[in-house]
Formats: sequence, C-alpha cells, structure tokens
Amino acid sequence: MLAYIIRRMFQAVAICLVISAMSFFMLFLNTDPALMLLPPEAEVADIAAFKKQMGLDRPVLIQYKDFLGRVVFHGDFGQSFVYKVPAVQLIMERFPATLRLALAAIVFINLVAIPVGVISAVKRGSFVDNIFTFFALMGQAMPLYWLGIMLIIIFGVWLRWLPISGSDSFAHLILPAITLGSWILPVNMRLVRSGMLDVLNKDYIRTARAKGLPEWLVLGKHAFKNAILPLVTVIGMQLGLLLGGAVVTETVFAWPGMGQLVLDSIHMGDYPVVQAVVVVFAVCVVVGNLVADILAALIDPRIRLN
Amino acid sequence: MIKPALSQSFSISSHPSSTIRTLKRLWHLRLGILGSLLILCLVTTALFTPWLAPNDPYTQDITQRLLPPFWMEGSSSDHFLGTDHLGRDLLSRIMYGTRISLVIGLSAVVLQLILGVGLGVLAGYYRGRVDSAISFIVNAMMSFPFILLALTLVSVLGASLQNIIIALGLTGWPVYTRVTRIETIKLNEQEFILAAHSLAYSSWRIITRHVLPNMLPTLLVLSTVEVARSIIRESLLSFLGLGIQPPTPSWGVMLAEGRDYMLMHWWLAAFPGLAIFMAALGINLLGDALRDYTDPHLRKY
Repeated sequence: MLAYIIRRMFQAVAICLVISAMSFFMLFLNTDPALMLLPPEAEVADIAAFKKQMGLDRPVLIQYKDFLGRVVFHGDFGQSFVYKVPAVQLIMERFPATLRLALAAIVFINLVAIPVGVISAVKRGSFVDNIFTFFALMGQAMPLYWLGIMLIIIFGVWLRWLPISGSDSFAHLILPAITLGSWILPVNMRLVRSGMLDVLNKDYIRTARAKGLPEWLVLGKHAFKNAILPLVTVIGMQLGLLLGGAVVTETVFAWPGMGQLVLDSIHMGDYPVVQAVVVVFAVCVVVGNLVADILAALIDPRIRLN
Repeated sequence: MIKPALSQSFSISSHPSSTIRTLKRLWHLRLGILGSLLILCLVTTALFTPWLAPNDPYTQDITQRLLPPFWMEGSSSDHFLGTDHLGRDLLSRIMYGTRISLVIGLSAVVLQLILGVGLGVLAGYYRGRVDSAISFIVNAMMSFPFILLALTLVSVLGASLQNIIIALGLTGWPVYTRVTRIETIKLNEQEFILAAHSLAYSSWRIITRHVLPNMLPTLLVLSTVEVARSIIRESLLSFLGLGIQPPTPSWGVMLAEGRDYMLMHWWLAAFPGLAIFMAALGINLLGDALRDYTDPHLRKY
C-alpha cells in the first residue's frame, strides 16, 4: 500500500510540473512575452530595460528554472500587473468563495444523484427510470452557462424567489450551485444506477433475499453500501470538472471567486495571475485525484496490487 | 403482458422479458430518430442559410430594436423571433450561427482525430517507453480543466476562427488517445493481427490495413459525441469573450450579448442557448443510437 501511495505521489508531482511548464511556455508561443506584459505604447528602450529587469533576455529554460524555483520554494508567482500586489495574495482572497461554490455543488449533486440513481436501478425499465434517463440525456447536452441564465430569468426575474448575483447569503448560493452541479449530475446519476444494478445481480443479494430479509434491508444494507463506493472515488476526480465549470458559473452569477479572477486576468493580460491560477487549479486537481486513487486502493485491493 | 414490477422481483436473471426488451429498443430507436431529425434540421439550415434566413444577420435597424418574438405583444411579422439590441433579426442570426458552430465542431474533431488517434495507435502498438510517455501526457491533460487551457491558448494565439479550432483541437485529443490505445492493445492480441505479423507485414501496413479499420465504429461514435462537445466549447469560449468576436453571429456571442438584456428581454439569451442545446442533444442522441448499434455490449441496459 505504501509503495503504491509513494508511486502515485511521484506521478502527481510530475503532472504538476508538466502543467506548470505548459502554463509557462504558453507565454512564449506566439509573441515576445515582454510585449504582452507591457502596455502597447512602451518605447523600445523601455522594453529592453524591462526585459533585463525581469530576466526575460536570458534563455527560456533558465527562466523556467527560476520560475519553478520561486514558485516551489517561496510560493511566489510575481506581482499582478493590474493590482500591483502578489498574485498569490489575490488568489488567497478569492479561493474561499470558489471552494464554497464547489462544495455546495458537490452536496447538491449527491443529494440528487444518489436517490435518483437508486430509484432508477430498483425500478429499472419503469416509467420513472425512463424519465430520469431522459433528463440525464438532456442534462448532458445542456450548456451550463445557458442553464445559469435561464435559472436567473425564471427564479430571479419572473418568480423573484432567489437573488441573481452576489455571494452574501445562503440564498445566493442556491442557483450557482445548481448550475455548476447540473453539469456532473447526469454522470453520477448513471454511475449510481449502474453500480446498483451490478450489485443487485450479485449472489449475496440473492442469498439475502432467499433467507427472507425484507426488501428495504436488502437494498439499504447490502446493496446500497456497495453500490455507492464508486461514487466516493469519482468525486475526487470530478474536482477538475467542477473548477473548470466554476470559471463559467462565476461569470454568469458575478460570484467573486478564482474563476472570475482568472477570466479578468486573461482579458487584461495579467499573466502572473493567470499562471498562478493555472498552477493552483492543477495542484487542487492532482491532489483530488491522488486522494481519490488512495481511497480507491484502500477500498479495493485489486487496484493497488496491479 | 408482463409488468415491469414482476420482472424486477425476479431480477436474479439479468434478462428482462422480451416485451420489455422490445419496448426498450423502440424507445432507443425513437430517440435515435429524434436525434437524426435534429441533425438533419441543423445541417439543412447550415447548408441553405442564405436562402432560408428571412433577413440579413448583420443589417441593423435602430427603430426596430429589441422587438419580442411573434406571440408577444408589440412583435413584428418581419422578425419571427424578435430583434436584438441593434435591431438585427434574431432568427436569421441564429441560422447563420449554425454554420459557424458546425464548421468549428467538425474541424476541431478532425484535428483531435489526427492527433489523438495517431498518438493512441503509437502508444498501443509499440507499448514500452513510447506508451508510458504518451499515457503520462494524456493523464496530465485529462486531469486539468479544459476551459483554462483553451482560454489561455486562445488569449495567447489571439481570438479568430482558425485559432479557436486549433485551441479546441489541441485540448480535446487525449480522450481519443485513451480509447485508441486500449483498442489497439486489444486488437494486437487477436489472431488476425498475429497472422499479419507472422507474414512479416510492415508495421505501417498492419496499422493502416488491419488496426485502424477495425476501430472505425468506435471512433465514429466517439467523434459524434465530440462534435457536440466542441460546439458547446466553442460557444463557451465565445460567450466568455475569447472566441468568435462580435458582430459575427456565433451562438455564444449572441448568448453573451443577450445576457446583458436578460432582465427585460429574456428571449435574446433564451433562443441562442436553445439552439446550442438542441444541436448538442441531437448529436448526443444519434451518438447513443450509433453506440447501441455498433456495440451492443456498451448498452446501459
């Protein structure tokens, strides 16, 4: 087990390195980064001075080594060009809002996906199951920014039940969490459904039924616990999807999180902030995956021995 | 007729009764037909837009701005779905948007196919270090939010039709690699490939004549679904201001413009989004039907 965890941790670190390199070298893809970082009216002499000051006149690989060194040992992504404060500080201010949104979405997803998936599996082939399957199909084709806008129009503007932007109270959290969650909801619904179907066909369920256990005990105690296990590991892996979806959801609902920060920074060419958010997202995702893998290995010994 | 409840209580057998199986097939068939119809509408609109669209998508008329759709009070018979904030005909713009979405969706998938299948076959056929390296990159790419990668790419390359296709292509290939790699490994163990090896055929010949043709059904299903995904992603980039730029009628651009007016004029955001939704739904339904048709093992039932 320990060997497995260590191996996975090495992989996780390597993936973080690759993504940090991608986010760094992307800056060099098209133009001179100095031109992207400076205002367009900068003089040639200023550009040269800026390059020297920022170390941009040195070989790219040396620059990447420095960048990596600063990030790893000092957590320093440089100063934001727009706000004139360290990029890390901006992220720390915005991080809690995104975390709150992501957690609310996870709660929403599972509150809906688990009962719906179980009912679909138990009543397989019934009218209810078909309705749920149809909704899952619709959900997979639904662009989440459009869903967000329609929820605002229906619940915020027409019915006036919920606030349409901001993040002051619990009520503000409802629409964004539903929007963000609905992206992943169909996947988890199907996962619970197929997990439950697999388990229901197992011999020990037949044994439980054969010895006369009431149906609710068979489903609740024997089937449900085993059917739900895949979900535990999947939630960790879905963190990346949730963070990606948060960029969009935050824009639609004016939610003051990292997603909005990165989008604003991209629009304003505030590259240190963009790089910082990319790396922070990557670390979150990789840690999420790592935890998911370790949980999966703890639950299912076949994984760690493979 | 056997009721579903009865088959459930005997769920020890994994075979539902024949009546239910027939009903399932019909249900699936119906969804497949619905999907095909939606796609037919989409393609027809894209091909014949100049003749079908009631108005020019760029003509502005400030006296006719923000007109509601036909069933609401104050609508104009010239503008079936109303007009936007510059008085442009909403229906015509949505119809022209079909072209952009389809062109980007299809081109992005071609690019993803070339990259993804190429690398997947390499990894699955040669295994060893090549495989480890490619699989590692795939894992890194797949564990990262697509949107951030694509946004950064477009912002560095500059927003244009061509660059959006490049960004979608460069970020969307890993899923193909993952699938083709496994398919290649499975095929490589089959007897007809072993026979080809023993005849000393070149790797190129084995890959192009024996491995790739056998993967076509899988790739067809995957590509179908990825077209829908690319269409949604294009509209997302455009919606965030980093894709197609106004005044070009892309569904994402229209959604972003409509969003500014959603409090009073909801239809401006509702209809372009509905177009994206219907297009993606149609393609997904067809993809599901194709999957069931080509590989019955993948059926969820």
